[in-house]
Amino acid sequence: MNAIPLVATSPEQEWHLPYKGRIGMYGLIIAESAIFTIFVIAYIYYIGKSLYGPTPQQVLDVPIVNTICLLSSSITIFLSERAIERNNLKTFGLWWAATIALGAIFLIGTGIEWHKLIYHDGLTISTNLFGTTFYSLVGLHATHVVVGLIMLTIVLLFTLTGHVKHEHSERVQVLALYWHFVDAVWVVVFTVVYIVGR
Amino acid sequence: MLPKWLRVERIARLAVFSALALSGHAMAEGPQATPSIFAPASTPATQIYHLSFFILEITAAIFVAVAGLLTYVIIRYRARTGDDESEPAQVYGSNQVELAWTVIPILIVVVLFLTTARVIFAIQDAPMPTAALEVTAVGHQFWWEYRYPKQGLVGQDFVAVNELHVPLSSTDHPTPTYIKLLSADVDHSFWVPQLAGKTDLIPNHPNDTWIDPLQSGLYVGQCAQFCGVQHANMLLRVYVDTPEQFAAWLANQAKPGIQDPSVVAGRHVFETQACMNCHAVQGTAATGRFGPDLTHLMSRDTLASGMIPNTRDNLRQWIKDPNTIKPGCLMPAMQLSEDQLDQVTNYLETLK
Amino acid sequence: MADQTLPIHGALDLTPPREREHTLLETLHSWVTTVDHKKLGLMYMMMSIFFLLVGGAEAIFIRIQLAVPNNHFVSPQTFNRLFTMHGTTMVFLVGMPLVFAWANYIVPLQIGARDMAFPRLNAFSFWLTLFGGLFLYYSFIGGPGLYGTGSAPDVTWWAYAPLTLKAFSPGHATDYWALALIVTGFGTIGGGINIIATVISMRCKGMTLMRMPLFSWVMFVDGAFVLIVITPLTASQVMLLIDRYLGGHFFDTQAGGSATVWMHFFWIFGHPEVYVLVFPAFAIASEVIQVFSRKALFGYPAMVAAIIGIAFVSVSVWAHHMFTIGMTSAGNAFFVLSTELVGIPTGIKIFNWLATMWGGKIRFATPMLFAIAFLFQFLCAGLTGIMLSIAPWNWQLHGSYFVIAHFHYILVGAIVFMVFSGIYYWFPKATGRMMSETLGKWHFWLFFIGFHLTFDTMHFVGFEGMPRWIYTYPADRGWQNINLVVSIGGLIQGIAVLIFAYNLISSLFKGKIAGNDPWDAWTLEWATTSPPPVYNFATDPVVRSWRPLWDLKHPENPDWKYD
Ligand code: HEA
Ligand code: HEA
Ligand code: HEC
Ligand code: CUA
Ligand SMILES: [Cu+2]
Repeated sequence: MNAIPLVATSPEQEWHLPYKGRIGMYGLIIAESAIFTIFVIAYIYYIGKSLYGPTPQQVLDVPIVNTICLLSSSITIFLSERAIERNNLKTFGLWWAATIALGAIFLIGTGIEWHKLIYHDGLTISTNLFGTTFYSLVGLHATHVVVGLIMLTIVLLFTLTGHVKHEHSERVQVLALYWHFVDAVWVVVFTVVYIVGR
Repeated sequence: MLPKWLRVERIARLAVFSALALSGHAMAEGPQATPSIFAPASTPATQIYHLSFFILEITAAIFVAVAGLLTYVIIRYRARTGDDESEPAQVYGSNQVELAWTVIPILIVVVLFLTTARVIFAIQDAPMPTAALEVTAVGHQFWWEYRYPKQGLVGQDFVAVNELHVPLSSTDHPTPTYIKLLSADVDHSFWVPQLAGKTDLIPNHPNDTWIDPLQSGLYVGQCAQFCGVQHANMLLRVYVDTPEQFAAWLANQAKPGIQDPSVVAGRHVFETQACMNCHAVQGTAATGRFGPDLTHLMSRDTLASGMIPNTRDNLRQWIKDPNTIKPGCLMPAMQLSEDQLDQVTNYLETLK
Repeated sequence: MADQTLPIHGALDLTPPREREHTLLETLHSWVTTVDHKKLGLMYMMMSIFFLLVGGAEAIFIRIQLAVPNNHFVSPQTFNRLFTMHGTTMVFLVGMPLVFAWANYIVPLQIGARDMAFPRLNAFSFWLTLFGGLFLYYSFIGGPGLYGTGSAPDVTWWAYAPLTLKAFSPGHATDYWALALIVTGFGTIGGGINIIATVISMRCKGMTLMRMPLFSWVMFVDGAFVLIVITPLTASQVMLLIDRYLGGHFFDTQAGGSATVWMHFFWIFGHPEVYVLVFPAFAIASEVIQVFSRKALFGYPAMVAAIIGIAFVSVSVWAHHMFTIGMTSAGNAFFVLSTELVGIPTGIKIFNWLATMWGGKIRFATPMLFAIAFLFQFLCAGLTGIMLSIAPWNWQLHGSYFVIAHFHYILVGAIVFMVFSGIYYWFPKATGRMMSETLGKWHFWLFFIGFHLTFDTMHFVGFEGMPRWIYTYPADRGWQNINLVVSIGGLIQGIAVLIFAYNLISSLFKGKIAGNDPWDAWTLEWATTSPPPVYNFATDPVVRSWRPLWDLKHPENPDWKYD
């Protein structure tokens, strides 16, 4: 075999490329951001364009507790990321479970809010433009929370059965990235729906 | 400066015109059977026409330069039999050359943009003279409604259908027509190429456009935004009338429908079958708005938005089963008996 | 020229291939369950070619109907379904899969990787795309069954609301359209993620970003671009379904909703989408023009910058499809400017390709013929694009056959031409056999002639005021002569495509054996066997320039000296 060795960088030299899982997750986040952007633009465009009530001022309460829970879950998941990196699996599991609990509280809070809106205020997705845009945008975000929670729970189950090890920390971080994204989106949704739009 | 016959403008014009001639018709002033954008007969269309030739010149110049270069390269640098096996010199780039072909296009873009912007503002933001006629056009799935607000002349507002009548304008006494564009259902687009560029009719989004036709006659065009099955037959007819013709037409349209006692049978059918749910005849019980106003049906040359000539046979066939003529149109066949058909047709024929 | 390959150290695998015969079922099973990027690439390609035939057949029906005035070949409704399905098919089931066909097959080989970053996601994306396509076509037989044309969508590929709402489009036609495209859209997102992760994380040793062959660069930008391009469509289709099924009011003009919002969303997707579609053509051109001119690409960094520039600028130009909707004059002026800015980076690309040919020794093999025609046609199409971007002129040209001519000049004259070019170029790599040059030349010239008969003349009926989307036209408009020519051109293209299909199949079995490097090319994929083994390279290659095989073949004058 005619082999002219083609060695530009000598073999010992470092050739280090980023972890593909992380890149993939960034890709997903970019795509998801685009979807959210479109829904947010639609929401902003339709503010005040409903032909009949109820209006956001009449029916929306600012979900402070919910927001605090969701945002602090970003901190707890960060703590658990740090724990698994330091091979501290117990702490990892604890913070991870706390994250799930906070996410669940957020979901329940949203459920209560929607229940009130639907049965008390008579606002459904087909009532007016506000209803349409509100349930679509908040619902889209809630769907992401649900998906996130399912993934987090799967990891929790693996942790409880002892399958999550230190060497998985990179993958765990990729998942955490997604959760951070879901939180960040909430900041936008919250601002648009409960502050700008009210 | 090049000799006149060699200028790009002439060549571009020649190319376009010979192509038009090839396809079987010559350029002339005034209304044409072929609604060419290069036969303008109104200020907005003319402004666009001039702009378009300027752009054609620039693009033709770019084309000649780049395509010429390409041809040269292909011929000059083709591999020839008898070449040696060696590879040509490898050139990886050149900052000067690359800078040049970045900067030159930037300059071209600046020129294009400035000329274009001027015409945009000239047409779109033209102030409306007081002598202007204001008409509202409403697009419906597959036909046109024109609302004429109170006219000084006749003092009545009224609705005309499918055939738009506007007064002739002249450069010293401009009497342009400003058209407000609305839609009753889906998107349509108002396009009479010889008079102006198109503007869409969008529900819940009023638009406007204007024309000032400088030659009288019939200008054709058609709906230019897909609006459903019969988009193809949502034809436009704009009649540009001399002042006398226009006044006569206005006076007639503003009258209520003629009530001719000899056709009561037909009128009875019209008012007892569902016709009057969709159609209006001013001065009678028929006030439907879903279909065209029929008060002056007989003043129109065509039926079904320009599809067929307005003859007795066509009218009768239309009422019998519109779908044989315009499949997918929104008027149902009313299953009238032959007698009823004759009677209704007789009645409609009196609506001059 | 075959086999003057100088294999990269360890790139060639010398173990003899397994000889055992496979049964048909085993073969089928291996394709259906595969996660190999090369097989998936070929499957994407087969899907595209299949739907090109289907969409082309629809175009032929359209052209038969329009050949003469007042024709009754198909019903109005069927005609509307035909062009809606034609446009949707060509864009989503031909153009998009092509992006992933090329990216899948070529990119990992070119960057010296063993597979895509996420092989299973890759397979999943492909099957989603295919399923979406089949689902869309099921609409022809869904609903009221085979009678007429089932419930295929008939709202144009723009699907402008409110025509798509329940009130104006009852039945399921629009649902098929929206759902099918949401599904293929997810496939597309998966594919895009895969491309960027592959390029960022899987390059072989020594291949820095600026040593990536331009083909891979363009596909990388395309992969990233697609993530923000397809998603607005997905989002607005979700809104459309909310309107149709949950009683929402996004586009319900009766309840304060807006028809123009759909237009904006659609074109925020739709305009960048056309660049997503054309990028593979740029990618292929960049390889083919180099190899057949025997010269290194001129201005490599500028080419990379231009492709990124085009992507960036093109997200701000969408409303040039909406000059007639009654925007403010300032709005119109803005979109004129932004649109024309795209001409600058595009010009850089054209000029660099020309400069690459300048001083070369151009070989007119079939791939190069297609590439030269591409350069010429892309130039024309770009210039008609500039004409369309002149807002006042656009008020005349919009919605007319001039637009149809403009975009077919690119979609066919650039993209389809470069797809053919790429197939003639890489077929030997993928199958180990050459395609017939004789048939290739027949294919090229017939397609070239048919193309110009069809689409050159179309510009002129546009000037004469013929709108698009019309199933028939009156005889007194003076459009019939040109339309007849257009239709004849369409048929000639059809014949050319059939010759191509025959060439493809016959060469697969009877083509000349190609060897590893039949074109004497310079990128890594030509360093491995044809077809490449499952693992591509026996050991991971190491490179030090963007033309590693040039360096090997010309040790006295390697590229890396100029790095
Ligand atoms: C792959 C596809 C592709 C590509 C690359 C392009 C490229 C361009 N397109 Fe096209 N276009 C489509 C596909 C494409 N288009 C499609 C599918 C539609 C219609 C969809 C539908 O309606 O169904 C459409 C419609 C469309 C419209 C709307 C028409 C209408 O409906 O009213 C406009 C208007 O501005 C437009 C403009 C342009 C411009 C300016 C470019 C530019 O990118 C071109 C740039 C290239 C050049 C300019 C040539 C080379 C440059 C030089 C030689 C340098 C010097 C030149 C200058 C400085 C000017 N296109
Ligand atoms: C990549 C994209 C692409 C490609 C390749 C083509 C290719 C062609 N297109 Fe089309 N076209 C579009 C994208 C494309 N098109 C889009 C997006 C629209 C807009 C739709 C809308 O408005 O909604 C459109 C619209 C469109 C129209 C306007 C319809 C209308 O508005 O009324 C027309 C009319 O002539 C047309 C013609 C053609 C022709 C003749 C070809 C030819 O080049 C086709 C050549 C190929 C063949 C002829 C195939 C040959 C194969 C066979 C004959 C064998 C068949 C066998 C089997 C199926 C087993 N196309
Ligand atoms: C469901 C509503 C509906 C009913 C009922 C109806 N029409 Fe119509 N009619 C329409 C519509 C819509 C059109 C426009 C069709 C088109 O051009 O696309 C139309 C068009 C017409 C025209 C042509 C008008 C023109 O200027 O082109 C005539 C004449 C007419 N109808 C007569 C009748 C008569 C007579 C009856 C009763 C026997 C009737 N219509 C019942 C909806 C209706
Ligand atoms: Cu109205 Cu098309
Ligand atoms: Cu565009």
